[in-house]
Amino acid sequence: MTLRSKRTLIQVAALSLVSATLALSGCGKKEEAKPAAAPAAAKPEPIKAAWIYVGPVGDAGWSFAHDLGRKAVEAKFGDAVKTTFVEKVPEGADAERVIRDLAQQGNKIIFATSFGYMDAMLKVAGEFPDVKFEHATGYKDAPNMRIYDASFYQDTYMAGVIAAAMSKSNTLGFVGSFPIPEVLRNINAFTLGAQSVNPKIKTKVVWVNTWFDPPKESEAAQSLINQGADVLLQNTDSTAVLQTAEKNGKYAFGWDSDMSAFGPKAHLASAIVDWGPYYIKAMEDLKGGTWKTDRTVWGVKEGLNDLIKINDVVPEAAKKKVGEIKAGMKDGSFEVFTGPIVDNAGKERLAKDQKADQAWRDKIDFYVKGVEGKVPSGK
Amino acid sequence: MNEWALLLAAAIASGTPVALAGLGLLLNERAGVLNLGAEGLMLMAAVTGFAVAFHTGSDVAAFAAGAAAGAAAAAVFGAMVIWLNTNQYATGLALSLFGAGFSAFVGVGLVGKKLADRSLHEVPVLGELPFVGPMLFQQHPMAYVALAMTAAIVWFLYRTRSGLVLRSIGESPESAHALGYRVRLIRLAAVVAGGALCGLAGAFLSVVYAPMWVEGLVAGRGWIALALTTFATWRPVRVLFGAYLFGGVTMLQFHLQGQGVQIASQLLAMLPYLSTILVLVLISRNANWLRVNMPASLGRAFHPGQ
Repeated sequence: MTLRSKRTLIQVAALSLVSATLALSGCGKKEEAKPAAAPAAAKPEPIKAAWIYVGPVGDAGWSFAHDLGRKAVEAKFGDAVKTTFVEKVPEGADAERVIRDLAQQGNKIIFATSFGYMDAMLKVAGEFPDVKFEHATGYKDAPNMRIYDASFYQDTYMAGVIAAAMSKSNTLGFVGSFPIPEVLRNINAFTLGAQSVNPKIKTKVVWVNTWFDPPKESEAAQSLINQGADVLLQNTDSTAVLQTAEKNGKYAFGWDSDMSAFGPKAHLASAIVDWGPYYIKAMEDLKGGTWKTDRTVWGVKEGLNDLIKINDVVPEAAKKKVGEIKAGMKDGSFEVFTGPIVDNAGKERLAKDQKADQAWRDKIDFYVKGVEGKVPSGK
Repeated sequence: MNEWALLLAAAIASGTPVALAGLGLLLNERAGVLNLGAEGLMLMAAVTGFAVAFHTGSDVAAFAAGAAAGAAAAAVFGAMVIWLNTNQYATGLALSLFGAGFSAFVGVGLVGKKLADRSLHEVPVLGELPFVGPMLFQQHPMAYVALAMTAAIVWFLYRTRSGLVLRSIGESPESAHALGYRVRLIRLAAVVAGGALCGLAGAFLSVVYAPMWVEGLVAGRGWIALALTTFATWRPVRVLFGAYLFGGVTMLQFHLQGQGVQIASQLLAMLPYLSTILVLVLISRNANWLRVNMPASLGRAFHPGQ
């Protein structure tokens, strides 16, 4: 009897040890939101600003780029602002909890940096009328919530020009995250850019339904290579696609930040985004009282997007063409989506010589001619 | 034609880590211990393997470290369930959750770090063969380790006396104990060996397959490996082919997308899990199937001398 009760005791002790460790490890992960430092008595209260990221800041991709933007804000305003961030926030119910929590902590402006945070942010925005909410890449706003976006399609168009110059199989591969207009725009621009050099180019698309899952991204990239694609581009956030291309002796691009170190031979260029200028503008709007609901879409012209670190193996002609396009984007004379644009079912989507406007670009729900397959739909 | 060979090759590569982990879990379960902590073991081994590969540059050292980490974590699990008789299900689940949190915690500094460049592997001469070459002989050496491990486990379980003892412990630890076998020690050995194989699988994922470290890198492969042992009705060769089948379904869905086949990719992404459930339902309907191979003491604690 005694032996048995002793054993039960040990079991209980062991189980509580395990749960205690679990609780501890859980706490360890939650230290992202740093406690605010006690403000010095004399100084004015710093403006608290918060960012939420979908990936880890070390992803060398999307979230990393936003975090550089946050650091640019810190560098510019110094003690006048107090920034915090929460990384790896899943899109959906968790996001709502995190955004609400940040608003309650006294942040005056909150930046949600992924499309899937849109509805969560809209909901919380209704509860905190005094807090400004900024949502990246979305389309819903509120009196205290506005939208900002980059123009990656300008980068992918230039990447397409380079891809066409390097492809021997005339087949490009694209690892897509989710079939939303933003990503479809990038796929189409990539294909159009390539076709501007070589009309025979085709693009194969594989969807992974995630922004960040390196093994899955590698598998998708491998699958595209197996099917004959020799230049890859991705709209996912890790370096996996580039590394897979490097391993297979194919080409690929960096995404969001300079990824050349992850595949020195495979890396043709990196499509980057520098959110710093926008974040600084947003903070100035807030400080100056000029913040109002609108939608800001910046691109190459405003220095938000760029295609950098073009590999030496890229022919001079392609480099020159990219330079011309970039100059055209900077002075506003060049528009990626200029008619005639025909979708891959043969339907004309933009008439000859017509230039797309923002509304047209927002609604892209088709593949242009040359992209294989059909856009996945929930229906 | 070559495209299909490459698809099969990718299926084998994708199935290799799942096969290694599945074989390890099969060893555990044949001795009567169910380790639901596989996912956590693989994660801890993945981060350990990646750290070693990053600091030493040696893949072999990374695999050894991954296997050692898996074995060490499994030994803790084994000591708890075998000597302290904690509930195997609860302890395993706790290990899974702990492994996920712990690996993320220690791996923070490794996120975004890059290993030395990976190259393709090819077996000389055989790799040049049409179809078979690209399919079978351009794999990472670990794919052949998984094959060899399958053969070794078949031989061990069915051709050696120790294997017989291990299986008898899984069937009836009381009888094995009565015959004088040290049930607890042998179970621990099986758990540690199984943990080492899970660790090898984890290290393969982070060092070769991804190759990078991020939180949650294993992404459910530990759970697939667990389902796989039942799927394969506790037979090693079936574990191997089951793993290839899962790998095949994963790669096929990417392949079909690349071919422009109009199937919702979300539906295709469900297929590995759907097929597991389907097979579980099918084999569970036939009691004989399960009874023949399922270790009778699976998941039950053993109290010597009672």
